Amino acid sequence: MNDTDRKLGPTILKVESISLAFGGVKALTNISFEVKQHEILAIIGPNGAGKSSMLNVINGVYHPNAGSITYKGNVRQQMKPYEAASQGIARTFQNIALFKGMSVLDNIMTGRTLKMNAGFLAQCLHIGPARNEEIEHRKKVEEIIDFLQIQSIRKTPVGRLPYGLQKRVELGRALAAEPELLLLDEPMAGMNIEEKEDMSRFILDVNDEFGTTIVLIEHDMGVVMDLSDRIVVLDYGKKIGDGTPTEIRNNKEVIDAYLGVSD
Amino acid sequence: MFYREAGQFKTSYKADQAVFPIFQDKIFVAIWLFIGFVVVPMLASEYMFRAIFIPVIIMALAAIGLNLLVGYCGQVSLGSGAFMAVGAYAAYNFMIRVPELNPLICFLLGGLSATVVGVIFGIPSLRIKGFYLAVATLALQFFTDWTFSRIDWFTNYTPSGSIAVQPIEVLGVVFDSPIRKYFLCLVFLVIFTIIGKNIVRGRIGRAWMATRDMDVAAEIIGIRPVYAKLSAFAVSSFFIGVAGALWAFVHLGSWEPLAFDINLSFSILFMVIIGGLGSIVGGMLGAAFITLLPLFLNQLPVWLGINISTAMISHLEFMIFGALIIFFLAVEPLGLARIWQITKEKLRLWPFPH
Repeated sequence: MNDTDRKLGPTILKVESISLAFGGVKALTNISFEVKQHEILAIIGPNGAGKSSMLNVINGVYHPNAGSITYKGNVRQQMKPYEAASQGIARTFQNIALFKGMSVLDNIMTGRTLKMNAGFLAQCLHIGPARNEEIEHRKKVEEIIDFLQIQSIRKTPVGRLPYGLQKRVELGRALAAEPELLLLDEPMAGMNIEEKEDMSRFILDVNDEFGTTIVLIEHDMGVVMDLSDRIVVLDYGKKIGDGTPTEIRNNKEVIDAYLGVSD
Repeated sequence: MFYREAGQFKTSYKADQAVFPIFQDKIFVAIWLFIGFVVVPMLASEYMFRAIFIPVIIMALAAIGLNLLVGYCGQVSLGSGAFMAVGAYAAYNFMIRVPELNPLICFLLGGLSATVVGVIFGIPSLRIKGFYLAVATLALQFFTDWTFSRIDWFTNYTPSGSIAVQPIEVLGVVFDSPIRKYFLCLVFLVIFTIIGKNIVRGRIGRAWMATRDMDVAAEIIGIRPVYAKLSAFAVSSFFIGVAGALWAFVHLGSWEPLAFDINLSFSILFMVIIGGLGSIVGGMLGAAFITLLPLFLNQLPVWLGINISTAMISHLEFMIFGALIIFFLAVEPLGLARIWQITKEKLRLWPFPH
């Protein structure tokens, strides 16, 4: 894929020998891989392979027992959620984790929290900096709403939205932080074919237009093979494959463990 | 028919983000302010000020404060009575120890003292949630009950442990008549309501609601739970502390530590739940409901001309009060504010069904 080679930048994230255990259960064992700037990397594997745990390690929800995470040149033993967010890592969740009591607009506005800095008193009185800030960020949020084509539901409480739209709003909330690295945990789970097509288009557009690096977990092999530049395969917490879609498709071990049928 | 937003186009985000984007709502609020500041003072009797308006207004302030914590940030607290006590006793001590201070400043300092206590007792919320947190805040309630009844310094060594204060004087105006007290409380309520509304519609409010709805996701967006929770405790305690100072100085005039016991905490929590969690107007509705319903039930037999003993009346009052609370929560768990919201949505379409 010449196209891929041309767009890729230097390594933005590198995880080395990550191991994570909950008591006696080993969720991840000695996992290493890198993500290049502007890449779309898919993590695949059977249920319980440790895919979500891997994302949780990257943005600091879980702290690994061993290994290191190098993000934008800084080596760390573990990330903290706040640090990860402030350095441009955003994510969506497998089970939608929207703020149910808030409107679509407020949910996406919340995604911009780290970019806002009006003082407490200004906010109490809603004067000067606080008000200007709200308006300025509202403009940004409206751009995201336009991009995701959810204009008509911007004032609806997210709890009332159908599943597919909630997934879209969650992507919007992650995008609001203008992330450099976007982690998507099963962005297309439970969607019908049209919704999957829409979501795939959004993911490609985000990658293309904003230059965002994307790490995604997905079970739909058609989507994974078409979208990703590179695929990492996990099984029982171990990495069993790492390569381009073509390489993965022909990898014997991956076929045995996960794909099942040989091409 | 008259409540329509048709034709009201927003041409700027500023207009769209206004507190009351619909014109009719603005008129409605203006009418309420007019009633509050002009109609009531002209018509109400002294008894009504003392028994109805002043307590409802002060309790509304406390309920709004607690709603910021429970309704917006999702941290259950049973310590509102304690925060009111801290506000009241701190204001009292500032007043007697630094007599040259303006009483209003003392009220605010009382609120700030409650803030400090609130932040300290909010620290457990970083580790525990829900019922467990409620129990932890209960500790504060017992702690303040004990402190203000046992440590005589706080009550300035009055032999009985109770405190009596003179009507406060601000810039030569003595707030001794019910109508003046009413205005004072109303101004406090209006200012604090505006502040509360501004906070919850801005960044801090969204951080609170995010923490309430999905704390893991909030953290990943970059909202630090420490800041979100403790700031909610701080702001909420400030509101409740100021309400406590007003309650003691303006409403009660003389009080003992029992005035701020656990029952008060419970009633404020009921106000918030019945009024509507996560709603500013809910705090006011809940305060009015909980304060007025017993008065109403008490007077009802008299109005109806039924002759029953006062003891019977007070028993019935408790039973009906309890039953009504259960009824309300069963019919509309989201409280009076939700009923109000549904009414508005219906009105928008009226006279058509949909």
